Amino acid sequence: MSDSVTIEVRRYRPEQESEPCWESFEVPFRREWMVLDALNYIKDHLDGTLSYRWSCRMGVCGSCGMLVNGEPLLTCATYLEGLMPGPIRVEPLNGFPVVRDLIGDLGDFLEKLERVKPWIVREEERDVSEGEYLQTPEQLAAYKSYAMCINCMLCYSACPIYELEPHFIGPAVIALAQRYNFDSRDEGVEERMDVISQQDGIWSCTFVGECSTVCPKNVDPAGAIQRYKVRATADFMKSMVMPWAKR
Amino acid sequence: MDTSAYDILVVGGGGAGLRAAIAVAEAHPQLRVAVLSKVYPMRSHTVSAEGGAAAVIKSVDSLEAHAYDTISGGDWLCDQDAVEAFVDEAPAEMLRLEHWGCPWSREPDGHVAVRPFGGMKNQRTWFAADKTGFHLLHALFQTSLKYESIVRYDEWFVTKLLVDDGVCGGVVAIELGTGKVAHFLAKAVILATGGAGKIYPFTTNAAIKTGDGMSLAYHAGVALKDMEFVQYHPTGLPFTGILITEAARAEGGWLLNKDGYRYLQDYDLGEPTPEPVLRSMELGPRDRLSQAFVKEREQGRTIETEHGDVVYLDIRHLGKKKIDAKIPFVRELCLKYQSLDPVERMIPVRPVVHYMMGGVHTDLAGATPLPGLYAAGEVACVSINGANRLGSNSLTELLVFGARAGAAAAEYALERGNPPAKLRAGARDEERRLRRKFLEKTDGNERVADLRTEMQATMEAGAGIYRDRAGLEATAEKLGELQDRIGDIAPDDRSLTFNTELISWLELCCMLDVAESVIGSGLARRESRGAHQRTDHPQRDDESYLAHSLAYRSNGNGARIEYLPVTVTRWPPGERVYGR
Amino acid sequence: MGQALNPDHTPYHPKWYRRRIPIFWWLSKRGYVKFITRELTSPFVVYAVLLLLVQVGALARGQPAYQRVEDWLGRGPVVAWHAFVLAALVFHSVTWLNLAPSALVLRLRGARVPDGVIRAAHFGAWAACSAMLGWLLLGRV
Repeated sequence: MSDSVTIEVRRYRPEQESEPCWESFEVPFRREWMVLDALNYIKDHLDGTLSYRWSCRMGVCGSCGMLVNGEPLLTCATYLEGLMPGPIRVEPLNGFPVVRDLIGDLGDFLEKLERVKPWIVREEERDVSEGEYLQTPEQLAAYKSYAMCINCMLCYSACPIYELEPHFIGPAVIALAQRYNFDSRDEGVEERMDVISQQDGIWSCTFVGECSTVCPKNVDPAGAIQRYKVRATADFMKSMVMPWAKR
Repeated sequence: MDTSAYDILVVGGGGAGLRAAIAVAEAHPQLRVAVLSKVYPMRSHTVSAEGGAAAVIKSVDSLEAHAYDTISGGDWLCDQDAVEAFVDEAPAEMLRLEHWGCPWSREPDGHVAVRPFGGMKNQRTWFAADKTGFHLLHALFQTSLKYESIVRYDEWFVTKLLVDDGVCGGVVAIELGTGKVAHFLAKAVILATGGAGKIYPFTTNAAIKTGDGMSLAYHAGVALKDMEFVQYHPTGLPFTGILITEAARAEGGWLLNKDGYRYLQDYDLGEPTPEPVLRSMELGPRDRLSQAFVKEREQGRTIETEHGDVVYLDIRHLGKKKIDAKIPFVRELCLKYQSLDPVERMIPVRPVVHYMMGGVHTDLAGATPLPGLYAAGEVACVSINGANRLGSNSLTELLVFGARAGAAAAEYALERGNPPAKLRAGARDEERRLRRKFLEKTDGNERVADLRTEMQATMEAGAGIYRDRAGLEATAEKLGELQDRIGDIAPDDRSLTFNTELISWLELCCMLDVAESVIGSGLARRESRGAHQRTDHPQRDDESYLAHSLAYRSNGNGARIEYLPVTVTRWPPGERVYGR
Repeated sequence: MGQALNPDHTPYHPKWYRRRIPIFWWLSKRGYVKFITRELTSPFVVYAVLLLLVQVGALARGQPAYQRVEDWLGRGPVVAWHAFVLAALVFHSVTWLNLAPSALVLRLRGARVPDGVIRAAHFGAWAACSAMLGWLLLGRV
């Protein structure tokens, strides 16, 4: 294996240019390095102006998502070795406006997340003196995978609909809504339906399925969305056939 | 320049910060709370915590037992009134999180499950598989979205506390995305910015753990307490420093030296048994386990690798089923970052800097001596952790003291009038300082990354697991030199838009402050206690040092150290006994 | 302040960049190509239904009309065309049935029913229906 690799980075400095451009850097190759280590090397030793987000470097904070050779990946969890001989292209995720270099603004996701009420909704809340809500391991398993979302936004980058239809609330938001819908302690399915079961919600999704393919935590947002479609359709049928059954 | 008027500012959006904000919003929805965080809240380092959070729920357990374990684990440097309050409020806080959706792992009958943990006599560590911090943070963050009165300022970096006439009344902060400098005036400020593991080269901590809040308080004249106590977690992966949770040992993992021998039995930690025994062997306190590693290395019984000396953590005997059920993240991390499957092979591990027991000096309510300023979480030192923290106490600490600080700050804010307008003059001064010293700097010879590397190297050399006067003094001198050189940095990036080099530079300034307080406190404490081990003063000295060190900033001459006696209520200082 | 060489830039108000989505965005990834192909085969389902209606309609109009349709169906180019249509239909059906486990999550005795079982059930049902129709239509000739 050679002892260096070329990293091509998509730069964007709004004070200097109106369009992004490519810049190449030669970085040492080390077997144990991730793409993130290469970026840190560039920033520390070659060009301090390279801007990107990172934090935990262990695949749990969700900061370091970028496009590497066109694929949305966590750069802290992607070995250089698997991408050799290079050059390796690093760009910001698709779907988000680029603020600077490899940094996109996630405000749209956060605004949409709030809309689906991602918290436990209950008619009557229990006091702590009454102890915990009982929840068997089976009940926990029903929503556990949707609770593993680290908000890394790789699914939003992979979803062509999100970029083509800016009002689509997106895979992670729906997966997180389902996380609460399937939580036995929650009673908010009805409240969330108004936001999710409409054009900007699940009905924009055409089941491309790339979101689940790229998800580093096996959340399966595509599955969450399709299950919701089944449920929303079933609910609609029920309300047509048995309108009196509505609670 | 912008100005915004909130009642309460929370600096830091991790577990403690979000809990404090929610505490205010629930009790006093009319108070406006702003949470300023230099990262999106779900990126806060709380997210990396794995093992669990301790609170007494089993009937065989008792608050006294939890308190005793904590106090003895802290080598009697804990304030016992604080510990009593902490263990008392812990169960309610954890239940509150459960009600807010935290997916705690369960018994078959649906009750919350608990697991054994290091230094604890009874099983009392609540857990969410082995991603407890992740689930806790996301539950808190998503719950915080419920409250209209909580407004977030994501990716804003606070550079200074505004203080007038001895009262704290706001902050100055930079908006990362635009470079705009704004001041926020408020009736109370709560620091929840976390610890400072990045002053060391090898740490479990994320890039963002740079001691920003500690530095803010330090510059405002507030003491940093017990800074010499830096926890080394016994089991980090060799190259990355990634944490392998204590839960792996709690479930039954063994630590083996190069002869395949469970070496902890040689260090007064008990007799090896096939099943884990609480407060014994691998479930001893972290400081003793890390010290044992160093001793083994001195005897040549550790394994040499290209990334330093290691010992092995063996969990193969737990079996795939148990590993996938109880510690799946450990397996994931080993497969990804160490290219091995712990079901089949032993995990190479070594001690790694993990937690700062010390921090901003606060009382039981989270109030600092500076009126209007509060602190909670790792940034603060109450102190409940003393000289060594027990695993799974820190996530609980975020909740208990986050809530306390929020409540105290709210009470204070309700009494106070609006902060005085003349704080704005301080804000303008700060903006001028940032401009002159950082944004408009053109000349210089140094790079941020180089100075940071040098700082980390000297801290590891002089303030590691074992210290002595010569090493500490050498490091003190080096830090002094770095303080001079930091004024000579030539920035590559002079942009306003998301200038991460500028933020790294500001963080380095914070880290040098923290490092200075660690060394100053370490030099002054001429005894060995918990995580502070002096080879030139190897005994614990309760007569002179049953007290907290308070490090005050003294304008470029290293920290000025004073002492504050430890509060002892029911447990007079005794011997720390593990394994017998 | 800052190296502001771009005349469009206003200090403290950076211009966010949004890329123009290329027309052939769907050629960039295998997953996208599969998706677009799957979508493009949907009209063939409509065509197949219409073809069936034409046959039924001809049947209703009597033997000579039906014979004309049969003759047309037997012509070389038409057979080739319908082979292509069949391929598209099979592709569409297979990709659709493969996705069934995503929408149908069943739990049995505490564990989740494996995706393979759900798929097998769907394909099995397809095969069973086809076998039954085959027997009805061809078995009685």
